[in-house]
Amino acid sequence: MSDIQLPERLEGVEPVRSIRTFASLTYQYTPGRAASRFLKEVERKRLVGQRCPVCKKVYVPPRGSCPTDGVATEEEVELGHTGTIVSFCVVNVPFMANLMEIPYVGALIQLDGSDIPIMHLIQEVPYDEVHMGMRVEAVWVPDGEISHTLESIKYFRPNGEPDAPYDSYKENA
Amino acid sequence: MMGSERVAIVGTGQTKHQATNDGSIAGVVRQAAERALEDAQMSWADIDAVVIGKAPDFFEGVMMPELYLADALGAVGKPMFRVHTAGSVGGSTAIVAQDLVAAGIHERVLTVAFEKQSESEAMWALSVSMPFQPPMHAGAGGYFAPHIRSYIRRTGAPDHIGILVALKDRLNALKNPYAHLHEHEITFDSVKESMMLWDPIRYSETCPSSDGACALVITNEKGGDAAASDGRPPAWVKGTALRSEPTMFAGRDQVNPRGGQECAWDVYKQAGIAHPRDEIDCVEMYVPFSWFEPMWLENLHFAGVGEGWKMVESGATQLDGDLPVNMSGGVLSSNPIGASGMLRFAEAAMQVRGQAGEHQVDGVRTALGHAYGGGSQFFAMWIVGAEKP
Ligand SMILES: [Zn+2]
Repeated sequence: MSDIQLPERLEGVEPVRSIRTFASLTYQYTPGRAASRFLKEVERKRLVGQRCPVCKKVYVPPRGSCPTDGVATEEEVELGHTGTIVSFCVVNVPFMANLMEIPYVGALIQLDGSDIPIMHLIQEVPYDEVHMGMRVEAVWVPDGEISHTLESIKYFRPNGEPDAPYDSYKENA
Repeated sequence: MMGSERVAIVGTGQTKHQATNDGSIAGVVRQAAERALEDAQMSWADIDAVVIGKAPDFFEGVMMPELYLADALGAVGKPMFRVHTAGSVGGSTAIVAQDLVAAGIHERVLTVAFEKQSESEAMWALSVSMPFQPPMHAGAGGYFAPHIRSYIRRTGAPDHIGILVALKDRLNALKNPYAHLHEHEITFDSVKESMMLWDPIRYSETCPSSDGACALVITNEKGGDAAASDGRPPAWVKGTALRSEPTMFAGRDQVNPRGGQECAWDVYKQAGIAHPRDEIDCVEMYVPFSWFEPMWLENLHFAGVGEGWKMVESGATQLDGDLPVNMSGGVLSSNPIGASGMLRFAEAAMQVRGQAGEHQVDGVRTALGHAYGGGSQFFAMWIVGAEKP
């Protein structure tokens, strides 16, 4: 690069190394039948998974089929709004500036009655008291703000129950 | 399974990995390719086809970059093939290139993988929101930290294991002129005292964001023999394997994924290896967070389940141990994502060719290159050896 002869007026001018440009994208999302059912139920403040007819595992959010058995999951199962922390991470990195006060906890939560954990936030507890096996409950946004998205659950918080035994969730830990 | 043609790696090349490479993407990939050609003592005209890999196009925002890179890679008028398998892509790209030779379709294939993280919006690209996903905002570390916590819970591994791995890899990197991080002042305590980013992952236990590229020249038996008789020993491919599994299914073992276990047994079987710890001389594996070294030692059958951390603690994976791991400094010292898998494969080849300079392990006859990607769900591995299979 150094052998390029610059015109006199550009000599001594700091070269441009890169420029930053902004892009914005809006997507149309088609969830399909199983996820549509799930999101419609979320709108009614209900969490509904689907059970595999072969392995009997309950998936949430349901995708309409079992990835292990490759069969449709038709049977719907209403789940509690409580669950167990299977594992977690204390986040000290300011990812979404101003949205979250750090440190905060992201956890894999296995909802009661389901067989696969979902990722969500843990709040209303000091971050250094969060632990595997902790029992938690969903805190929903105000009724008027509930819509067809899992963001309708603001976060999970401890519900005061004794810890779940390791054996009860270790399959997903 | 292996094709009918024997396959040899006769050239490797890479750029100096760094936070910001002032070259364009085309310039970066071309530099790695020129170095591989020079090492192979070939020119652009000698190459029959080009296979290129990188992480999602979303990262740099260049749609199908292989099209515009055809010029820079001398691929005009030649077959060009793009591979994409998330973070493992550098490994699977090399495997696709070797398959083209093994199948007898081409004699000499140039394969290249790259990333320019300085031009990327990786965090954004990986977190396009879907209505059924709760907001997480924690990045790759936030995804993998719970798996590491599960590993620690299962095995009772002490906290300093992750620190030992980070320290080892960063010290190895000091011997590798191409490594991004050269932390001359690093100590056990400096790693330990670095910020806890995604508890239990510290800042110094995390890979950097790098710009860089890697390239290999892969030939058939005739090309391998020609290089050998010219005093340039090739690395012979003794086995390759790919596996993938879904990101989520009930009971999925994300600490010791089945896809990785089966991929490893497959590649060992092809190479005639029954006892990997005894029969493999060194390993270059994909470790973006330090704790993945003990986890992969178990996944790749070098240690029993729950025993990987003890192998780290014993010093076995140090440069002078009985199974050196990540001699180059690994992903922990350089992470141009798309190239990271191919760098592992290239290091394995450099070791069996005796070309690794200051980070060369004495007397390497057989080496494993390993890559993984996505949510620990895509696996690519190859075994290379000094002897023709
Ligand atoms: Zn099933």
